[in-house]
Amino acid sequence: MTEPILRIRNLTKKYADKVIFQHIDLEVKSGDTIVIIGPSGTGKSTLLRCINLLTRPNEGQIFLNGEEITAKGINEDHVRQRIGMVFQNFLLFNHLTALENVKLGLTKVRHMKAEEAEVKAISHLKRVGLSEHMDKYPGQLSGGQQQRVGIARALAMDPEIMLFDEPTSALDPELIGEVLEVMRDLSKSGMTMVVVTHEMGFAREVADSIIFMERGSIVEEGSPEELFEHAHFPRTREFLGKISELYGKKEKKGE
Amino acid sequence: MSAWISLFQRYWPDFLKGAGITLELTFVGLLIGFVLGLLLALGKVYGSTWLRRLCTGYIEVFRGTPLLVQLFLIYYGLPSLGITLDQSTAAYAALGLNSAAYQAEYLRGAIVAIGESQMIAGRSIGMSRWQTIFQIILPQALRLALPAWSNEPISLLKTTGVVFLIAVQDLMAKGKRAAAASYNPIGAYLAVAVVYLGLVFLLTLVLKWAERRTKIPGFEMETKSS
Repeated sequence: MTEPILRIRNLTKKYADKVIFQHIDLEVKSGDTIVIIGPSGTGKSTLLRCINLLTRPNEGQIFLNGEEITAKGINEDHVRQRIGMVFQNFLLFNHLTALENVKLGLTKVRHMKAEEAEVKAISHLKRVGLSEHMDKYPGQLSGGQQQRVGIARALAMDPEIMLFDEPTSALDPELIGEVLEVMRDLSKSGMTMVVVTHEMGFAREVADSIIFMERGSIVEEGSPEELFEHAHFPRTREFLGKISELYGKKEKKGE
Repeated sequence: MSAWISLFQRYWPDFLKGAGITLELTFVGLLIGFVLGLLLALGKVYGSTWLRRLCTGYIEVFRGTPLLVQLFLIYYGLPSLGITLDQSTAAYAALGLNSAAYQAEYLRGAIVAIGESQMIAGRSIGMSRWQTIFQIILPQALRLALPAWSNEPISLLKTTGVVFLIAVQDLMAKGKRAAAASYNPIGAYLAVAVVYLGLVFLLTLVLKWAERRTKIPGFEMETKSS
């Protein structure tokens, strides 16, 4: 049994007295795509931010390829260089073109030569279908294009794992498809991904495993088939029913 | 009117020299004020509690007391502590220290407006806090601050006039001399006013140009909506 690429042990996050999530255990195998679903306010996004050390958990441990990244004295910047993150609101660097957005980390963090970084950045922008928009600023791009730049920016750093925090929630319905397509390709290419989303069609098709979270705990985990067809808990069935009705139809229409 | 023109004709080399000194004072004061103001702004936004208090204290004291008092304290007061500055140095110091307090507030406002999300974005690709501040936050904050900050060079240029009181030979000092020598205070000070107006006009053109040059397509829209 090989070491999972990401292992979370007994993770708890609280703000003052408010528990965001507690006693979370999770393992992600290399090349897998894990989709986390659940009602809003259940700590899904905070969990992703903990994995990326953008937020510090109160208790528990996180291991990345066997190394404990929650250990004291660890260099957070070095950890984040190994983890790609895609945000709900894209969070592109607004003063830089699409190309510069992708290039910056390569030159400033990876210390690549400018020409080398440019070649790499261009290839990643091509991969997400943006070769024609490389010189545009975020303000000149559609939401779907911005999010694809965000994905390219994270991918260019050659992360060991990619985290997606509701990557399509802020998008107009007709722009969701292009982003999901990029994510689908990425998953197929063997990238390890943890995705928080409400896109049930995507979860069903792409996920190796789906995790249903509610009120700060993992209620149920299983393959898409197990969860969609034979969920153990009534609460899981109820949530999936509601959300599939809401989002599933929209996605079908879009396709 | 003809008397006024002849006064101008007689004293214009003097006014020109004074205008040069005034511009120099403005430029040096602005530069000192910018560097110090940026440090104060960064300290106030990102510093520890005591550093934030220190920066706030500095800003309140230098905004809350007259520039002239600061100038006299530096020029006439410091020698009693064993620090003697010549007139120009004292003038540069007073203008710079004073302007820093104002510039700090313009810059702080813009840094805060850029917001924590750009910091998160920078950190997420593995940049350090300072890398993110210099690569991501400041390039945006400085652009955002520019229109409001443009008041400062203009205001400072006019404020430099007080330094004639420690006998720096700026435009105001030249005007005072011309007024005394020609027995025509109205003419002399009007002439000085016209030169100040011309300087401000030139400065405004430069600032407008800078604003256009640093514009990013879609950027204003973005910061307004988010």
